[in-house]
Amino acid sequence: MKKLIAPLDNAVGLALLATLLIGVATAMTFFYAPVDEDGLNQKIFYFHVPIALTAYATFGWGAWKALVHLWKKKPGADLESYVAIHQGTIFGSLTLITGSIWAKLRWGHWWLWGEQELVLFLVIFLFYCTYFMLRYSIEAGPRRANISAVYALFGVVLIPISFLAIRLAENYIHPIAFTTNGPQMAGSQFGTFLVCLVAMFALAGALYRLELLGKRLDTKLRDLRELVLS
Amino acid sequence: MSSTEKYVAAAYLVVFVMILLYVVIIAAKLTRLDREVGELADDVRAQRQGEAAGDAAAGVADAGADG
Amino acid sequence: MNGYFGDVVTLAVKDLRLELRARDTLPAMALFVLSTMTIFHFALPSGSSDNAALGLLWIAILFTALLGLTRTYAPEREQSMFDGLLLSPVDRSAIWLAKTVAALAFLAAVEVVALLAFWLFFAHIGWSLLAAVALADIGLCAVGALVAAMATASRSRELILPLLLLPLTIPVIVGAVGASVADDPGKYLAFLAMYDAIFGVIAWATFEYVVAE
Repeated sequence: MKKLIAPLDNAVGLALLATLLIGVATAMTFFYAPVDEDGLNQKIFYFHVPIALTAYATFGWGAWKALVHLWKKKPGADLESYVAIHQGTIFGSLTLITGSIWAKLRWGHWWLWGEQELVLFLVIFLFYCTYFMLRYSIEAGPRRANISAVYALFGVVLIPISFLAIRLAENYIHPIAFTTNGPQMAGSQFGTFLVCLVAMFALAGALYRLELLGKRLDTKLRDLRELVLS
Repeated sequence: MSSTEKYVAAAYLVVFVMILLYVVIIAAKLTRLDREVGELADDVRAQRQGEAAGDAAAGVADAGADG
Repeated sequence: MNGYFGDVVTLAVKDLRLELRARDTLPAMALFVLSTMTIFHFALPSGSSDNAALGLLWIAILFTALLGLTRTYAPEREQSMFDGLLLSPVDRSAIWLAKTVAALAFLAAVEVVALLAFWLFFAHIGWSLLAAVALADIGLCAVGALVAAMATASRSRELILPLLLLPLTIPVIVGAVGASVADDPGKYLAFLAMYDAIFGVIAWATFEYVVAE
């Protein structure tokens, strides 16, 4: 198992995989999955939802690394947590934009407070934007790593709580809850969706590894400078 | 192109542009790293040359003392 | 009184005593909440519903809590006592609990003023609102005492605290406003209690990492 995963644990392997999968996913979205009664806007769904799920996954990964940092004191976990959350905000802003376009297509408005997923995302997005403000206003060091980690942990708890809160708020903000029970997905649609999901995960993984490589290279260069010139 | 098609295309465009922006940022970072590695190499080279010159000067001084 | 809770009480009483002596925070919070309510009178056009006023009451409470929370660690900071406090043989989480209790005491005192003023100026106050105030206060202060400690570590202390606290308190506002305006406040109150329990436990467990070097 470990041998099987090993090639995926580096930037090159993941980038290759992402390239392949994104290609297949896009082709499947447009040439394989049928256009249903929802119309063409359903094509947005094929990558909007995977992007949103990827964003949640990266936030979760960031929180996991934060926990590893606090618990095991593993060096480097802080940086990994930060990079994962950075990926999360990138995918998060993509979710907000593509979701907004989808809302415009489907309901004719760029923003719908009735669309719970979008509102939840906005809350989470605001929360994680503050993560960067917080991190960059503290001097680098163990204190910053700890505080960032605690904040990242609060994030994963805030996600389900906010989800519940937004559900609850619907009752007094929009008394008539409108359901969006779309048609059931056909097998070919679900297959396409799954491929798109895996493709987005691979893309996020590749970007995560890439950014991490850059950051580590930075640190190593600084170490090297001190070693050579001291 | 129908307006629906335009919206779908726009949504894809946004994702595409965002990822390319990421490429730009990584490219900027690589450029900076490239420059810094170059500077470090220059610094090291200058230091080595300085040491070599210092050794040579010390060697001459030693010879002078012997004679 | 000895042990963990003895420490908590000692620390909280210390903060309350300091406040009673210096009177830095409480009058400011009370004045702030009264001014805010006056502003709301002019911000609400005639014909606005009681529900709108209730919503604004919650904004007033949230911002007043924020004002008080920026001062949470002010006594230690001004006298550079925080390191001393950390070196004392007190469990770190006891410091958090004491700060939460002190902040709660301040907030509750100011809310007596605020709710009286609200009742006088705007609308009737029901029992569900009072329950919501009590539950929301716990959540606000528990999370607030933790993020205020984060904010003291940052360069932009006063600036970053609202940014840290507001996204975290959106669920509190949902529960509180829901309990104030809905016909069936029960589930909103239960939600608030759940928030208090969950975030209380996390804040209690993680505080030592926030203050540790």
